[in-house]
Amino acid sequence: MIKLEGITKVYPIGKRELAVLQGVDLNVATGEMVAIMGASGSGKSTLLNLIGCLDKPSAGNYFLDGKAVGHLNGGELAKIRSQKIGFVFQQFNLLSRISALANVELGMRYAGGSDRRLALQALERVGLSDRANHRPTELSGGEQQRVAIARAIVKNPPLILADEPTGNLDSRSGAEIISILTALHTGQDITLLMITHDANMAHHCQRIVYISDGRIVKEERV
Amino acid sequence: MKGWLQMFSTAWLGVATHKLRSFLTIMGIVIGVAAVISLMSVGKGSQASILSRIQSLGSDLITISPGFASSGGVRSGFGSATTLTQEDAEAIAAEIDNVKQVAPANSSNLQLVAGSANMNARVTGVTPEYQGIYNLKIADGSFFSDYEYQSSARVVVLGSTVKETLFADADPIGQTMRMGGNIVHIIGFLESKGNGIGSTDDAVVMPLTAMQQMIAQTKTSLGERRISAIALTVTDVNKSDEVVADITSLLRTRHRLSSTADADFRILSMEEMAQTLTETTGTMTLLLGAIAAISLLVGGIGVMNIMLVSVLERTREIGIRKALGAKEHDIWGQFLVEAAFLTFTGGIIGVIIGWGTSHLISYFGTMTTLVTPDIVILAVSVSIAIGLFFGFYPAWQGSRLDPIQALRSE
Repeated sequence: MIKLEGITKVYPIGKRELAVLQGVDLNVATGEMVAIMGASGSGKSTLLNLIGCLDKPSAGNYFLDGKAVGHLNGGELAKIRSQKIGFVFQQFNLLSRISALANVELGMRYAGGSDRRLALQALERVGLSDRANHRPTELSGGEQQRVAIARAIVKNPPLILADEPTGNLDSRSGAEIISILTALHTGQDITLLMITHDANMAHHCQRIVYISDGRIVKEERV
Repeated sequence: MKGWLQMFSTAWLGVATHKLRSFLTIMGIVIGVAAVISLMSVGKGSQASILSRIQSLGSDLITISPGFASSGGVRSGFGSATTLTQEDAEAIAAEIDNVKQVAPANSSNLQLVAGSANMNARVTGVTPEYQGIYNLKIADGSFFSDYEYQSSARVVVLGSTVKETLFADADPIGQTMRMGGNIVHIIGFLESKGNGIGSTDDAVVMPLTAMQQMIAQTKTSLGERRISAIALTVTDVNKSDEVVADITSLLRTRHRLSSTADADFRILSMEEMAQTLTETTGTMTLLLGAIAAISLLVGGIGVMNIMLVSVLERTREIGIRKALGAKEHDIWGQFLVEAAFLTFTGGIIGVIIGWGTSHLISYFGTMTTLVTPDIVILAVSVSIAIGLFFGFYPAWQGSRLDPIQALRSE
């Protein structure tokens, strides 16, 4: 599903350059669930953004579903995001002005059009169909993250990327989220990459990738 | 289609979230559009009223008035001399092409006495054609006939003001009155033509033949009978200029003017006058519109200001949408539709208010106003164009945001 070859990412900071990723090689098979762990500033978010086609690598090759995507332009990357990738963020990133259902519909908006029925189904899968018309501000953190997951899966993407999905939640809500993600993964053959600081959560995955200073330093099978 | 609906609903969301802000922005456009429409309607209204007045005279009308008298290098105003003659009128009728009717007229101010009322009025002796040339409408009674003209009958037709002054509400027809030292019969009176060019309200009209008997007509050194004006109509208004040129050369020859001398007569073509007035009022309309357009421009700047704020405070939303796969055109489309929505709504409300204002102006004021479709189309399309123009930059700026940066913003 994902094949990274010698990926580097360099950000210019003033006159100097900061190498955030320094040659990352990574293969993720279809249907695999992988946790990425590492200290703050180790480059794991940058890696996830690159995999999520929100950013372009400075050098190296990136194949998604067998297609080289490392050097596509903004519009082509947007198309890939709209069809193949679902994001789950630490900050939930829901639009507060619209209902949970409308937020979920937004997930399909740029993938070819909204479908209320499918959006309701997605909410049902995260157990929130009774909260469809609530605004995000009327929901608990765990519920908001479940809406965000529904938004990510509503277009049936083959790849879901989660950046510390439980980072802002208490342990009980976090456990709920992790069980939903695991269930999605086992039921749907979805490839799932997740950044986490929580070793407990990481052990729900099949593989853990450790990153330090922009390099993969260790991989372990769970 | 569905995409557009979604874009519209997204834009509506942006507008509805900040109701007061959107309302104030829309008001800026409303005021601009309403100002353009109401001010331009004043211009258009005066244009229309001037044109309708000229049309009531007939745009095929050409009048010739005498030139000035010069005595010892002092030049008096136009009309102070009596250089035109009845023979001039006959020559025009006989020699100039494309002339329909010619009516010589001789005017004199005379004291009128009817019963206990009296007034001084301009009495004009004319031929029967005069009625047709000036579109005179008889309110009651009749105009004098060809027979009455031939037989020098001492009959008069009164202008509406003259009738009012001398007879008030009484019926003047069949009555007699004293005019100068003579007795005349009243056979009819005219409908009011209102103030302005060619008004006959203050005049008394009678056969030129009868007038010549009552008041000695002076003659030129060549023995031609002097008159005070000639009116004529052309068969085709497009030939007006040609006819004016022909008459000028004919009269210059008849009046034996050297090629360097000033003309001793003046020709006024209604067609030409209508053109001049249309141009003048058209310029005035444009000028009024341009002044009002400044407020529309200010409204447009308001739209741009609000859209810049809107993009800034929705940076995170833009990031989210981009992460969900929104392309640049999705983002700028959303903001552009929002800007266009603000200005379009403002435009529509502005049309209604401007239309209402222009009616109030003509209802309470003395000015006539006219809202024509072209003003409305102009105002609305300019307001939308302003929305798109001033909305484009903020929208473009929003669409170019880096998704990662945008997602990080608070």
